[in-house]
Amino acid sequence: MSIYLNSDSKVIVQGITGGEGTKHTALMLKAGTNIVGGVNARKAGTTVSHVDAQGNDVELPVFGSVSEAMQETGANVSVVFVPPAFAKDAAMEAIDAGIELLVVITEGIPVQDTAEFFAHSQGTKTRIIGPNCPGIITPGEALAGITPATIAGKGPIGLVSKSGTLTYQMMYELRDFGFTTAIGIGGDPIIGTTHIDALEAFEADPDTKAIVMIGEIGGDAEERAAEFIKANVTKPVVGYVAGFTAPEGKTMGHAGAIVSGSSGTAAAKKEALEAAGVKVGKTPSETAALMREILQNL
Amino acid sequence: MEYQAKELFAKHDVPVTLGTVVTTAEEAKAAAEQIGATVVVKAQVKAGGRGKAGGVKLAKTPDEAYEHASNILGMEIKGLTVNRVLIVPAAEIVEEYYFSFLLDRANRSYLTIASVEGGVEIEEVAKTNPDAVRQIPVDATTGVDEQKAREIVADAKFPLELADQAVGTILALWKVFVEEDATLVEVNPLARLAGDKLEALDGKVSLDENADFRHPEHAEFEDKAAADPLEAKAKEKGLNYVKLDGEVGIIGNGAGLVMSTLDVVAYAGESHGGVKPANFLDIGGGASAEVMANGLDVILNDPQVKSVFVNVFGGITACDAVANGIKGALELLGDNATKPLVVRLDGNKVEEGRAILDELNHPLVTQVDTMDGAADKAAELANA
Repeated sequence: MSIYLNSDSKVIVQGITGGEGTKHTALMLKAGTNIVGGVNARKAGTTVSHVDAQGNDVELPVFGSVSEAMQETGANVSVVFVPPAFAKDAAMEAIDAGIELLVVITEGIPVQDTAEFFAHSQGTKTRIIGPNCPGIITPGEALAGITPATIAGKGPIGLVSKSGTLTYQMMYELRDFGFTTAIGIGGDPIIGTTHIDALEAFEADPDTKAIVMIGEIGGDAEERAAEFIKANVTKPVVGYVAGFTAPEGKTMGHAGAIVSGSSGTAAAKKEALEAAGVKVGKTPSETAALMREILQNL
Repeated sequence: MEYQAKELFAKHDVPVTLGTVVTTAEEAKAAAEQIGATVVVKAQVKAGGRGKAGGVKLAKTPDEAYEHASNILGMEIKGLTVNRVLIVPAAEIVEEYYFSFLLDRANRSYLTIASVEGGVEIEEVAKTNPDAVRQIPVDATTGVDEQKAREIVADAKFPLELADQAVGTILALWKVFVEEDATLVEVNPLARLAGDKLEALDGKVSLDENADFRHPEHAEFEDKAAADPLEAKAKEKGLNYVKLDGEVGIIGNGAGLVMSTLDVVAYAGESHGGVKPANFLDIGGGASAEVMANGLDVILNDPQVKSVFVNVFGGITACDAVANGIKGALELLGDNATKPLVVRLDGNKVEEGRAILDELNHPLVTQVDTMDGAADKAAELANA
């Protein structure tokens, strides 16, 4: 089992003909992902050549729209690689077409654009992951994103992280155990899937035995996740927060502090997580050691 | 800064008095003479609490304006040097209100915060009388139209005789928020002046850098003079660099991993004479050899740096490109390279990357396999 993504997922790539889209389509195929096509309105009707996980040549069809791609292929997942200026339209189109999972990899999308397409997705069947994220991997089954598929295999750990490279580092530290699913939710101010969403899904997934949650300074998502864990998560959770020694960043005037009621520092986040019974490591390796201990005693 | 926020306010018809921005006491005096009435001399830095720091003074005469400006210019407020002051006519304030639009991360939408109970002391009001500070959600799809603005005015209990003015001001501020791609538009205080006139007396606007491609005109708001010279150099080369006060230079890929590297180095420093990280430098995903070389160039030019820790986990970034960047930078620097480099490579093309550095066999380069081990080595070398 896994969350959100598995070997049955049929994946399309929005921006499949671009540089990033081309590179990562190849890597996603190699990771075993069932990619059924892509979207680029200007190149509709053409195909792109790739090689699948078994080494066979494949010709992937390029469609003019997400809805056409879904009708023709039965796709239920889309990965977005289009540049920031066009990302909002790409996301809106996928939501309107009724895609189930929309993974937005694009970095640098104006936050008001994200606010708009996130609002548009509310009340629809679309789950958004990202933007500005490494995406999601269910090792051995499928990859919708840019996480290197060779770091770690299948196993009992569920991982959710704001940061891409810290996701890779943590998967590497715990590669001897492996993962059900690892999700990079992205560090932008507005994101689709949150720590809490992923924690809820991992709690419900029978194969996930323990959860690693990685946060960063800023905002109060970790504090809210801590409250959620206290009330709803029975599986062991290990946490890590980056940025203990980071200088105080830009604050949002008076308004930010009034809204969140939290300083957003790493220390405040660690405290909140520990109060919810989460073991928090000071470094990635210490965090991995805490997880190791838990798994060995299960 | 305040005067820049006010320029954006004026552009979208928010009631505001622009005043004159000056950089010398002589100009301050001349500006006060031209206004011909009591003026306020206000320090222009990107920081709150300017009044409490003595950066805002009332001047009844041009000579007083000269005196205050000469005291305020060059003053430090929260670590920022004051290079400009704003000269505005003093206003007769009857009441002070607070108003802002901002990004609401928790609800993934927008929020209005409004209070008729006091402007500048809003944080105090929020603590002692939270009901007086109204938080009103704004839907990201529908935004703020006249009906929504009236709802906000009623909810925040703006005085009835000011309601129409408040609605107009709120609609204008919403235009600032949306059309300028802001993440925060704050008016504090929004003042009721004598004659029941509503005016934005001070303000703050935070702009979304991701939207710069839609707003080439925003480039002028960047305060190049205030930036650290190394930060300016890094910015020129498109590097995500922040100068810190420490001895161990840091280069890594991905903001999370770099922040984590700073932490690990700071912990390691505790057993090596208290050395600290000297900077934050994220070379990003897919970093090329050139980016690596540029990064090293900036860090090695920091006189405070005694050792450098390169921490890369190759996801998209290939370790061989990183290794080639290090090799290229060292060749370029030649005998000018004097600081030891500790390199930890892992992930994508790690074997190739390590082999390149093994072959280079440079006396200044040490390879360590783990992040903790490398941090310890870098801290040790910085303390040598």
